[in-house]
Amino acid sequence: MLQPINVSLESLNLITLAPMLIAIAGALIILVLDLINNKLHKSLYVMLTLLVLFVDFGATLGLNVNERGFFDVMLIDGISIISQLMIIVGSMIFIPLALTSKRFHEYSYPEFFALFLFMIAGFQFMVASDNLILIFVGIETASLSLYTLIALHNRSNSYEAAVKYFTMGALAAAFYAMGSAVIYALTGSVELYKVAEVMATRLNEAGLMIAIFGSSMLLLVAFAFKLSLFPFHTWAPDVYEGASAPLAGYMSVVPKIAAFVVTIRIFGMYIDLGVEWVRIVLLVMAVVTMTLANIMALVQEDVKRMLAYSSISHAGFIMAALALDTTEGTTAIFLYYALFMFTNLGAFSMLWISRHKNRRFDKRYDHPYEKFAGFIKIMPVGAVVMAVFMLSLAGVPPFSLFWGKIYVMQAAVNAGYVWLAIVMGLNSAIAAYYYLKLIVYMFLKDPVKDVDTIYYNLSKPLIAVIGFATITTIAAIFYVQPLISYLYYMISASGY
Amino acid sequence: MDNILSILVFFPAIAGLLGFVVNKDSARAYGITVAAIEFFLSLWLWFSFDSANAGMQFVELIPLIPDMGIGYYVGVDGISLFIILMATLMTLIGMMSMTITENIKNMIITLLFLEMTMVGVFVALDAIIFYVFWELSLVPMLYIIGAWGGNLRIYASIKFFLYTFMGSLIMLVGMLFVAYIYHNLTGVWSFAITDWYSLVLPVNYQLWLFMAFFFGFAIKVPMFPFHTWLPYAHGQAPTIGSVILAAVLLKMGTYGFVRFSLPMFPDASVMMITPIAVLAIIMIIYTAMVAYAQKDIKQVIAYSSVSHMGIIMLGIFAMNAEGISGSVFQMLSHGIVSGALFMLVGVIYDRRHTKLMSEFGGLASVMPKYAVIFGIMLMAAVGLPLTIGFVGEFLVLLGFYQVSPIMTILAGTSIIIGAIYMLAVYKKTFFGPVTNEANKTLKDLDKKETWSLVPLVLIVVWLGIYPKPVLEPIDNSVKAMISFMHEKAITQEAKDMIKVAKTKEVK
Repeated sequence: MLQPINVSLESLNLITLAPMLIAIAGALIILVLDLINNKLHKSLYVMLTLLVLFVDFGATLGLNVNERGFFDVMLIDGISIISQLMIIVGSMIFIPLALTSKRFHEYSYPEFFALFLFMIAGFQFMVASDNLILIFVGIETASLSLYTLIALHNRSNSYEAAVKYFTMGALAAAFYAMGSAVIYALTGSVELYKVAEVMATRLNEAGLMIAIFGSSMLLLVAFAFKLSLFPFHTWAPDVYEGASAPLAGYMSVVPKIAAFVVTIRIFGMYIDLGVEWVRIVLLVMAVVTMTLANIMALVQEDVKRMLAYSSISHAGFIMAALALDTTEGTTAIFLYYALFMFTNLGAFSMLWISRHKNRRFDKRYDHPYEKFAGFIKIMPVGAVVMAVFMLSLAGVPPFSLFWGKIYVMQAAVNAGYVWLAIVMGLNSAIAAYYYLKLIVYMFLKDPVKDVDTIYYNLSKPLIAVIGFATITTIAAIFYVQPLISYLYYMISASGY
Repeated sequence: MDNILSILVFFPAIAGLLGFVVNKDSARAYGITVAAIEFFLSLWLWFSFDSANAGMQFVELIPLIPDMGIGYYVGVDGISLFIILMATLMTLIGMMSMTITENIKNMIITLLFLEMTMVGVFVALDAIIFYVFWELSLVPMLYIIGAWGGNLRIYASIKFFLYTFMGSLIMLVGMLFVAYIYHNLTGVWSFAITDWYSLVLPVNYQLWLFMAFFFGFAIKVPMFPFHTWLPYAHGQAPTIGSVILAAVLLKMGTYGFVRFSLPMFPDASVMMITPIAVLAIIMIIYTAMVAYAQKDIKQVIAYSSVSHMGIIMLGIFAMNAEGISGSVFQMLSHGIVSGALFMLVGVIYDRRHTKLMSEFGGLASVMPKYAVIFGIMLMAAVGLPLTIGFVGEFLVLLGFYQVSPIMTILAGTSIIIGAIYMLAVYKKTFFGPVTNEANKTLKDLDKKETWSLVPLVLIVVWLGIYPKPVLEPIDNSVKAMISFMHEKAITQEAKDMIKVAKTKEVK
């Protein structure tokens, strides 16, 4: 007979749900507004979304560290707070990019903004839980919204990208479900902290390793898809190419932060349990990802595809930091993404301003290197800004990503992986080539054909976003210290 | 002014930023004025520098990232002081003699940023700040070579960038590892070089770290077999690019050895004497021979530049005061002489748009002033007594003689081979009848060229005759460094090796 459940409202600790509820409420408000008056301009929706995100940011910032809520399903620890903050900040930079000088039809739909906010709620659920089922719900909410956002960019290859992403995402979800099922079969729980407890007691049982192997491999495949790690990275360049430039930049940062948080929770647990081969698999995967993606990026003819491969390579870098499983390594992940976010979104925004609605630069590629030839002569400031982003991505000091890189490398050295630091160094040297290639085209070559498309989309809000990204890239040295100490504090407070 | 170093570093950068506003036609004058002010500031630094004090002076320390131990930490001692002076001088003179007219404003701004990074490298006392300036110096140079260079300019500039970038990333890992050891031993994060000096490392660590730093520095020097980027870079770079590259950027590598490798890893340095000396001698003799085989005047000077860098390397690893002081002095003299030679080649290139020796001949009768200055610089490059080139080379050879007489004799052949190829250049270009019609009407040096070259000639002769004012502060700092290395060395061989120099001095 069922026991009657008695729940008091305080024990639910609903405040932990507040940030997601704000995002969802914002999305509903946007939909309702559209219902009332469907002639509203996109700028209203953009600003409304920004405001919702602002409130969301405040609500997240106000959360207390290390709380659980809602039947212990929600977990608000340090990394969940910082990752939520980063997701929101990344989204706040992304959304003003809708205000281009030319009209792109996806942004004229209020549904775009509603879906966008639903997606953010999904990401927030992903990072704010250690319950495998809620994580699954978060992943799916976010992913389904994201597929639609990609497809809304009305181009044949956008549909292709969306379908490709959807198929791959569905496959990953299946792997995730199977992996979770194995974990549940092993331990009788889907809450990671209970899973860890049960596993720790059963670790010396014969045959358990095979089950752990099964579960971790299935989950690894699922997250390798999400994080675009080798050999499950092949969708990324095509999807990025099909998506609009800002969305591609967004995809290379925000969904990955969310996926990384879950990966930290799951695989950090395995490594903490002393399953050393999980670490080795992760390390091998990280090294192969960063190296192969770098080599693939060398031969790309399209800047957007190059940036896609480059962000895969950066993900490999971060995966290596994750495999270290030290507090510093985990701090490095967030520091790296915090710095990468601005630079990478800035670089993709620069592609966005060169986007022409119906005139493509080239039949095959929309952003070939030739498009940027002689950029310095057409728009000196734009060329310098883009060059700063490229140098930052290449890890040239004193630009922002350099500090991320040395922090990751220092974490590797501190954990005793000097060879890993050397591999990272050599990879940065390889990567420098393709970033330089763009700089060479911009600064050292002459324009090839009619060049008006190159700053076609420029508008004041875009200038503001790019300017902000530029300042954060150049002046990184001045805020890296508080950032590191905040991240380190939050991460060590949550015990990673 | 205690913060003169910061002013020296950031004045050109701010001037570069403001330079964006300056009108195109006035950019040149603006650049020269700024470079002149910068040069006078560096002279002021020299005058307020206390030559008797061998330690770091004008030290500034502002913590930037205390959690990682990174701070803005600068200072200057006798070793770096004159390299800074040379850097500001060569930038000024390079700008004065510059004949580029296309995109002149971009060039001036780039040069000013480059000057910031050059000064920054030599004043940095924090490894990360050093690294920041070190890497940042690649970007303006990439642009200078790539935008104003010859036909293969893009290839040359990318090769230059990637080579150095790769080496320095390995060096970066080495730096991070040193910081890690420092943290393990003291519990504090620090990238300050002066803190690192106090680390006494086991020999095997020293060897590994030495190798890591070696990659960064050796590619920059460039040591054989990493030298292949240099002839391309020089061959394609515009005159001003070659001048700065030869005069200052290459010195960053040798300076790095003196600043990092020797005091931090004394035992490893002593163990590496022979391998490095062998590489240096190969570099000296081989590239000198290659220089002889060149048809292009600029390539001759480029290869001779590598050959002379070999002498500097040899002197650094002599591990005694003569050798190291000689090397530092040789850095200055090589900077001035090779810079001047590249400028001279630029003069003839501007007139004829060719640098092939076979195109010339008999120039001495057409361009007497030019021939005289070229002759003096050439003699200085060969190391004729009473020129600046002699002092350094002599001290280096003297210093290394105490290590290995045979190797010193081998290295000494560089003077002979150097004389052969340099005189061959001189003979083919300046002597004999004027065979080529086009050469008959060449104009001699104009006012601008004369005024930028004459000061260099004066310095060459002055320091050749009376090097003491420069040599003394260098020697002080070097001696302090050597006695420090001697204290710090843990193996007996290293102590012996470094001690030889000390007892010698006392005599």
